Amino acid sequence: MPEPTVILNSAAIQRALTRIAHEIAERNEAAAAVVLVGIPAGGVPLAQRLGTILAEIWKHAVPTGSLDVSMHRDDLDQRAAPKIHPTIMPFDVAGKTVVLVDDVLFSGRTARAALDALNDFGRPKHIQLAVLIDRGHRELPIRADFVGKNVPTAITEKVRVRLGLPNQNDEVVLEK
Amino acid sequence: MSWNRKHLLDIESLTADEIITVLDTAKAFKAVGERAIKKVPALRGKTVVNLFIEPSTRTRISFELAEQRLTADIVNFSADASSFKKGETLKDTALNLEALNADFIVIRHSASGAPHFLSRVVNASIINAGDGAHEHPTQALLDAFTIREHKEKIAGLNVTILGDILYSRVARSNIWALTKLGAQVTLCGPSTLVPKTFEQMGCRVTHNVDEAIRDADIIHLLRIQHERQRKTMFPGIGEYTSLFGLNKARLAKTKPDALIMHPGPVNRGVEIDSEIADCARSLILEQVTNGLAVRMAVLFLLNGGKGPQEIA
Repeated sequence: MPEPTVILNSAAIQRALTRIAHEIAERNEAAAAVVLVGIPAGGVPLAQRLGTILAEIWKHAVPTGSLDVSMHRDDLDQRAAPKIHPTIMPFDVAGKTVVLVDDVLFSGRTARAALDALNDFGRPKHIQLAVLIDRGHRELPIRADFVGKNVPTAITEKVRVRLGLPNQNDEVVLEK
Repeated sequence: MSWNRKHLLDIESLTADEIITVLDTAKAFKAVGERAIKKVPALRGKTVVNLFIEPSTRTRISFELAEQRLTADIVNFSADASSFKKGETLKDTALNLEALNADFIVIRHSASGAPHFLSRVVNASIINAGDGAHEHPTQALLDAFTIREHKEKIAGLNVTILGDILYSRVARSNIWALTKLGAQVTLCGPSTLVPKTFEQMGCRVTHNVDEAIRDADIIHLLRIQHERQRKTMFPGIGEYTSLFGLNKARLAKTKPDALIMHPGPVNRGVEIDSEIADCARSLILEQVTNGLAVRMAVLFLLNGGKGPQEIA
């Protein structure tokens, strides 16, 4: 089996998140109305890191939540039932700008499920999508507003995002 | 986390890991029930038949609401309004339901093993909602969920099940679930209703109620099931209440953090004092709330296909 290729190392991940945070700040003048919602599992730590960086830019705390989308997926009867992660939405999304955060954008089906799941919590003013990696192969008309890195991949390859693992540096790798 | 089953027929054949998977999943569904919009589209387009050949109110309503909250289409089928009265066999009824493309059949039947039989003759997923005196798996799962929510664990707890054990499918399913999860189970009641043979299921059997509940973390009361007793198994209700009923004097001698459970329907003044049923240590209504979440979790897990769990 060939060695996995490192796409982003720890420093590059941090730079990408800093840039995304500045883009979010640039795009959203109404800073007070922005909330970050991570999609489990990979999007949750990213949303928290983006929240920390944005709080420095805006000089106020940015509310952060997590939204499990398993119950809204369109492939539930095609594979074993997914593990459901906690949904924590400690704010009202009505009238807010919700930035959905995920680690990898691939088919777009998770993002679609997230739009539906978010709908159950209210009607945000805007919904934007931030991802660390866009690996292509979209199956739905969905695109990200903020992208850390575009990575052309073969459909058989796997992109692994490793964040906050014990005794291991943060990295994003491509496995053949 | 693992689940690859098509049916939920009993607790006996489940592993501890599978039980924990249901309980963890149910936690997420309980949270859904606390939202403004309590419905998710997980079973959209699926058809569930509630085949209740034996009368049931709370279990049927709980399943129905669980199915509705998962956006399934529902057909209700009860014994008194059905073709059973006209002489149709269970197999023919099931095949007819299959011809309507039912994806799930939730069955309550007075005969032990009826759900297992159905699982062999139809393609739909079968959920046992109580079969005779055999098992009532979703009840045991919701009881385990409720205990875990309050005590944060099940392993090492002392659970006493008090009442009509012999005729109780709730007792059997609870014994399987609790012992698999590492609890010490004590059974207590009149000797005619709590035979020593239950020790073979890995529990302790006693006929002394004070001793049975003294060290209990959970006191699980069961109703005396008049409808299942072919002959009188004890002299009378009054005697049962005085010897085994949970009253204030008995409760005073238990651990202060011992919690009280009952699968319902409660016979106030028989197996439990009315005041105790309503006291802060009673989890009876929480069990009802949790039953909904557990049944949603079971339907959600059984709906999963054969493929890998991981999302591409």
